[in-house]
Amino acid sequence: MAVRSAQRRLTVKHAKTATQNACKLCNPLGACLAFRGIEQCVPFLHGSQGCATYIRRYLISHYKEPIDIASSNFNEETAVFGGSHNLKLGLKNVTQQYMPEVIGIATTCLSETIGDDVKGILREYRKQTAADSGAPVLIHASTPSYQGSHIDGFHAAVRATLEALAEKGAPDSSVNLFPNMVSPADLRHMQEILDDFRLPSMILPDYSKTLDGGPWAEYHRIPPGGTATAAIARSASAIGSIEFGSTLEASKSGAGWLESKFGVPRYHLPLPIGIRESDRFFELLETLCRKPRPEKYQDERRRLVDAYADGHKYIFGKTAVLYGEEDLVISMAAFLREIGVRPVLCASGGKSGLMKAKLGELVGDLEGEGMKVRDGVDFSDIEDETELLRPDLIIGNSKGYTMSRKSRIPLIRIGFPIHDRFGGQRLHHLGYRGTQELFDRIVNTVIEGRQNDSEIGYTYL
Amino acid sequence: MEQIGILEGREKQIFEKKEGAAAFDISCEKTSLSGSVSQRACVFCGSRVVLYPVADALHLVHGPIGCAAYTWDIRGSVSSGPELHRLSFSTDLQEMDVIYGGEKKLYLSLIELIEKFSPKAAFIYSTCIIGLIGDDIDAVCRKVQQETGIPVLPVHSEGFKGTKKDGYKAACTALMKLVGTGPIEDISPYSINILGEFNLAGEAWIIRKYYEEMGIEVVSTMTGDGRVGAVRRAHGAKLNVVQCSGSMTSLAKDMEEKYGIPYIRVSYFGIEDMAAALYDVAKHFPDRPEIMEKAREIVSREVKTLYPELQKFKQALSGKKAAIYVGGAFKTFSLIKALRSVGMSVVLAGSQTGNKDDYLALKEMCDEGTVIVDDSNPVELSKFILEKEADLLIGGVKERPIAFKLGVAFCDHNHERKIPLAGFEGMYNFILEVYQSVLSPVWQFAPRKGGSL
Repeated sequence: MAVRSAQRRLTVKHAKTATQNACKLCNPLGACLAFRGIEQCVPFLHGSQGCATYIRRYLISHYKEPIDIASSNFNEETAVFGGSHNLKLGLKNVTQQYMPEVIGIATTCLSETIGDDVKGILREYRKQTAADSGAPVLIHASTPSYQGSHIDGFHAAVRATLEALAEKGAPDSSVNLFPNMVSPADLRHMQEILDDFRLPSMILPDYSKTLDGGPWAEYHRIPPGGTATAAIARSASAIGSIEFGSTLEASKSGAGWLESKFGVPRYHLPLPIGIRESDRFFELLETLCRKPRPEKYQDERRRLVDAYADGHKYIFGKTAVLYGEEDLVISMAAFLREIGVRPVLCASGGKSGLMKAKLGELVGDLEGEGMKVRDGVDFSDIEDETELLRPDLIIGNSKGYTMSRKSRIPLIRIGFPIHDRFGGQRLHHLGYRGTQELFDRIVNTVIEGRQNDSEIGYTYL
Repeated sequence: MEQIGILEGREKQIFEKKEGAAAFDISCEKTSLSGSVSQRACVFCGSRVVLYPVADALHLVHGPIGCAAYTWDIRGSVSSGPELHRLSFSTDLQEMDVIYGGEKKLYLSLIELIEKFSPKAAFIYSTCIIGLIGDDIDAVCRKVQQETGIPVLPVHSEGFKGTKKDGYKAACTALMKLVGTGPIEDISPYSINILGEFNLAGEAWIIRKYYEEMGIEVVSTMTGDGRVGAVRRAHGAKLNVVQCSGSMTSLAKDMEEKYGIPYIRVSYFGIEDMAAALYDVAKHFPDRPEIMEKAREIVSREVKTLYPELQKFKQALSGKKAAIYVGGAFKTFSLIKALRSVGMSVVLAGSQTGNKDDYLALKEMCDEGTVIVDDSNPVELSKFILEKEADLLIGGVKERPIAFKLGVAFCDHNHERKIPLAGFEGMYNFILEVYQSVLSPVWQFAPRKGGSL
């Protein structure tokens, strides 16, 4: 027995099989989130009841908003004979109960494994309901939970939405923005920037109101807000699409589809976090509308440069462990390098295969910089690394809290989910404004640590 | 305001108690209607919530990542020792595993995790696709049990194979395999198991303390602050005391059949029911009258401190209307009584998994005009909250935003809460929470309470 367990220990060390405390969520969650950002749309999961309920609970705990997700509610018969009947009945009931303009249907591991021909079923259903007035548009994204992670489901839903709704029209002067999975506050900020540039625009998805809205005087079956279907239809006529996300490939993305199908140029950028990446975004906008940025944003940039100067000494040489979706990690790493903080570990549960290369493009020689990059990892891996690396800061979503508590290294919460703090939906990450907010939080975290550890407890710093 | 209708196929799951109402024949215990946006989860969820608090067991979810990710550290079930239950383990099946089968991955995962964490037992939850891809998890469990020497228990909880209740049953089946495998020689003749108490915010400790004060030995709590060793000895107890009857009655029945242990149903919420839970246990041991004496002493002592405290809230809360939508129907009985004790009435009472007897009892105790719902959804709940002008909703995380959007107070009586609501001190916490939410000045800005849009 002793010999066998020693051998086993060796194998465990070299090949970890089980996932412990995943640093990713499943594909359908991302699709539901994206569908929530379309006006008058009800997300619908073709599978078991539990998927919809669990995902609702997970999203509600972050956004603190009602999130109704329908389900086709498989039972044993459905699994044996196929989901056609349940899917059609579910669509009928959702139509009756919610009167939606759009139903965003995402598959699950169950419906994908039994091989339901969802496209075919929807074709039939459309035919059967063609005469009904107010029949909703049906969008279908294939999102098997055994592939990729939530971020793939998010992009698959965006692309499927365009495939269902975008139509060729007379060219106009608008731009499309595909912002990636960012906060409602970020979405509002992006809209403000585009409006200030006087650029007609469509942001997809836009859950800035549906997932961070006001109180209701009466019941709303579907929360107000979201990208209008008419705007999505016109996206094929835009002068260009801006798409954030370093690892997001054209072949999987919304902007990529518009480019290949309608020739709308795709401008692909990393998430604009930090001065350099925000500059790239603003410069692109300046090029697209052939005018300089509004003074307001130049002011934001100036204040940020000034803040970098004011705060640099507190943080220079600090180290950080960084985790989350690959695109968020890449842009955050670039930002940290910019302010003199070294991300000693860049980790993600996602595994596009592109993370290291894309990160290298932004920050140069990773190994020379002492930066470790690991994709496809879980929190047990990240925790092990953190123990070895003993960074000054941990930066990522709230699921790193246990690790932060254990190691007594402060956690700076960004991205999604933030389940243990209030206001995650209102955090900014993007542009000069988002960077300013992040920078202030990082500096203050370091100062707070110093103040707490100080025997004197200075009141000026 | 627009009229919100009820979905075809759901009419019979709703009943309004009023004069001239049709005979009571509520439909329940059926799978949720497709597209109805049920508040229920699935079979897996049922199993997971029941077994989750067993703190020294390994809980491995066999399937793609979602099911494990969404149930990571999800409940407020606390442990006095090991905390293995707070970690999330998954075989994280990928496309190739789905094609070629996940048995090997399951085997390797188990061996590796048992080696790393030395659990006292392992529960293996099968998720939706496991049945479809034909993994023989029973065989893998047997093999690993043989190699590691710990109980390795399959939990057949494929999400689509029934409702949350079937998941409870699968969990009870797994527990039943552990019961009866431990030594019972030194167990007192005055002993019980506490079933269906999940130690949210330490509630099982409160209850246990009362019973121990009465001179009763608590052999195991299932599953709050649960230990494999205690479950194995559970057959040595003389009585099973079942709360959350929906989830644990099947285990109590099995134990009655196999070991001749009788069971009673109790609730620890509210003064009345909490007191009854102590008296009913005492009654079971008539040969030792000190137990009843002690129970009376505890009740009188606790009520003496609690009652004046509650009176302070009563004036403010009197006449306020509550809506209740929780997992199990049995809990609604206690909540109705508890709310009545501070002058509140209940206008809507519903549950995800109640049975006909539950709803019949609910109907009997409700006031005229109360709506009873089975397996409801956000649209219906909102409709009735508005129509009945509720001031408070009691529910869980998924119900909370419905209340807040509509300017209605809310009390979380579900598994995520961090404040104990059971026992006498729990009753105080409960009414305090209700008071703090109902009386909060923030509602003055809610459009339905006169605030601007």
